[in-house]
Amino acid sequence: MSGGVDSAVAAARARDAGHDVTGVHLALARNPQTYRTGARGCCTLEDSRDARRAADVIGIPFYVWDMADQFHESVVDDFVAEYAAGRTPNPCLRCNEKIKFAAVLDRAVALGFDAVVTGHHARLGADGLLRRSVDIAKDQSYVLAVLTRDQLDRAVFPLGDSTKAQVREEAAARGLAVADKPDSHDICFIADGDTRGFLAQRLGEAPGDIVDGRTGTVLGQHAGAYGYTVGQRKGLDLRVPAPDGRPRYVLSITPKTNTVTVGPREDLAVDTVTAERPIWHGEQTPVECDVQLRAHGEVVPAVVSVEDGRLTARLRSPARGVAAGQAIVAYRPDPGGDIVLGSATILTGENLTGENAHPAATSGTGASANG
Amino acid sequence: MTDATYPLAAHGISFMTMAYLDHAATAPMLAEALDAYVAAAREIGNPSSLHAAGRSARRLVEESRERIAAVLGARPSEVVFTSGGTESDNLATKGLFWARRGADGRRCRVVASAVEHHAVMDAVEWLRSHEGAVVEWLPVDQAGRVNPAVLTDAIQAHGDEIAVISVQWANNEVGTLQPIPALAALAAQAGIPFHTDAVQAVGQVPVDFAASGAAAMTVSGHKVGGPVGVGALLLGRDVAATPLLHGGGQERDVRSGTLDTPGVVAFAVAVEAAVKTQQEHAARVAALRDDLVERVRAAIPDAVYNGDPVDRLPGNAHFSFPGCEGDALLLLLDAQGIACSTGSACSAGVAQPSHVLLAMGADDDRARSSLRFTLGQTSTAQDIDELLAALPGAVERARRATAWKTPRQS
Ligand SMILES: Cc1ncc(COP(=O)(O)O)c(C=O)c1O
Repeated sequence: MSGGVDSAVAAARARDAGHDVTGVHLALARNPQTYRTGARGCCTLEDSRDARRAADVIGIPFYVWDMADQFHESVVDDFVAEYAAGRTPNPCLRCNEKIKFAAVLDRAVALGFDAVVTGHHARLGADGLLRRSVDIAKDQSYVLAVLTRDQLDRAVFPLGDSTKAQVREEAAARGLAVADKPDSHDICFIADGDTRGFLAQRLGEAPGDIVDGRTGTVLGQHAGAYGYTVGQRKGLDLRVPAPDGRPRYVLSITPKTNTVTVGPREDLAVDTVTAERPIWHGEQTPVECDVQLRAHGEVVPAVVSVEDGRLTARLRSPARGVAAGQAIVAYRPDPGGDIVLGSATILTGENLTGENAHPAATSGTGASANG
Repeated sequence: MTDATYPLAAHGISFMTMAYLDHAATAPMLAEALDAYVAAAREIGNPSSLHAAGRSARRLVEESRERIAAVLGARPSEVVFTSGGTESDNLATKGLFWARRGADGRRCRVVASAVEHHAVMDAVEWLRSHEGAVVEWLPVDQAGRVNPAVLTDAIQAHGDEIAVISVQWANNEVGTLQPIPALAALAAQAGIPFHTDAVQAVGQVPVDFAASGAAAMTVSGHKVGGPVGVGALLLGRDVAATPLLHGGGQERDVRSGTLDTPGVVAFAVAVEAAVKTQQEHAARVAALRDDLVERVRAAIPDAVYNGDPVDRLPGNAHFSFPGCEGDALLLLLDAQGIACSTGSACSAGVAQPSHVLLAMGADDDRARSSLRFTLGQTSTAQDIDELLAALPGAVERARRATAWKTPRQS
């Protein structure tokens, strides 16, 4: 129970369903005092108190579990290392994979619990299929698609059939004071929301070149390649304008040479995505389906195949802003909620067929192709 | 169970449905104390007022003061009513420090045992961080006891710089009793005010303020069958303390604030009863406790019994269960209707390894694997049966759950 409205209502619903429910708040900050002000994430003392109060209202026991060390290792350190390697990690996804449905689940099962209930907006019904929430805007299936069959078998998502507005209404009706608490958007361990500053503090300055992807000309300098994400347009601060005067975008990040490559929007287009460490739920491939390439990103029709520990997606229409380290999640459209077929971690995005065909346009290619 | 003496809760959690083994956290209120509270709360009157209502409230307060003084070996004027143990500890440590340093600028040292309750420990820490105090923590042995020779050394080294010495009478976690008369005598010889936190001791072991030789002693209501939020600092007649609270000048000008007449009345009833029945009570709970200890050791042979095996509070049993997290055990026992405590302080709800266990030489794991069971007036043999029915399974589960600490391989 994070102290927010979703997990509070999820706990209440699980209790109402007749389960023997215990509330658990995760202490994730190594030094909670430093998060006391400013942070609107999952780590603050206020949030812990809100969660405890919600548990009291629902009438369930409540405990704080100290997961700070595991969180730091598996999520925060990983976050920094991924950026250092030129990739763009998703820490919420990693937290689900390594903390909520791993460390927490393992401990809970050992203590005699059967499942972990969370307030994620996703559906997981009797058929065992993970589907998008009815509230498409709030859907979190993208950050849950990394869960294996075993993990899903011990997961319960009671909110998937409700919109966020309904959840808030229900919280108010249940007398939960968190009903109108604002949503948290930011990364919970970056209190001020300044990701670049957070990374700079940990990785130090690492100046390098910003290079034109087509001509190879050096256009400027950056203070650290980790400050850039594929598809980014703002903050490039280039002195030399493009010859045609059109905006330039980050096309790729190459940690080996510490360069950030930029170019026009069309060079961002990718039609083939290769990804590693697939979690695949058994559907025969190749399969015609939809893929989503980042959190809250658009959905693109594709043909996906999974083979030899690699997932490959041939996109029916090109996608932009495909960053290594992000997840590719495959969905089968379904009137009962699009079904997650599987997911994998993006290695490369390439343009093999289009007009501006260019192999390996995605960041981190140097590091990950042989990794 | 003595139902008539300890009324059961009408709603919510009652002693009938739960094995309450956490009397050191708070003890149920004695029926007579509750009745006395309610009766006094129906009356009007500020004990400082001069009219009849004031006089009758004052009479209740002063009678209560006398009752407490009589059973604790103090003069009535030495009883300073406060809001409880925490305030008394703060008033003693800060108040004695300020007064003594004010009289003699060289006296800027505070000496306290390493196993004090947070109400003393954090007050002393605050004196260090905000008042420039030099703090010396007296080490304890493996049982948690301060050896008087350690205090002798501290006094020899810096006797004329010490402003106040504070050593608890009994430890709230492991129950170890301190040699208070010996320690207080050393302080008195050196002319240093000595404070003792006797919150856990009153009603459990004989406590006599005058005989102890202490200059100040902390007592709290809710550990002895009185209400929460009322307590006292017994403060020697000629001991100067600078107040924490300024205002109307009540309580010898040491503690301003309108007196809580019903609270004070109920507190006095409870203290009197606790002290008068101390011997039988101690014998009864010690027998239950010994049974608990024996059966826990038989059921979990590698359990470590912490604290002094003999010289400890009669209702206290404290164990480390190797390979378990105290937290996990508490959760599992709570789920089966057994209330106990890890005894450790919480920081943002996260259990920290107990400073008491660490001071006794335990390592982090042993400190984190500990659990405290404390018996009191309402405890029965059935509570212990219930604990023993649940504990072995809980220990087994908690051991499995520590595996979560090893991160999974991906
Ligand atoms: C030894 C000791 N001192 C002080 C206190 C604090 O007393 P109170 O709760 O009345 O503030 C306690 C209670 O937890 C205690 O056990």
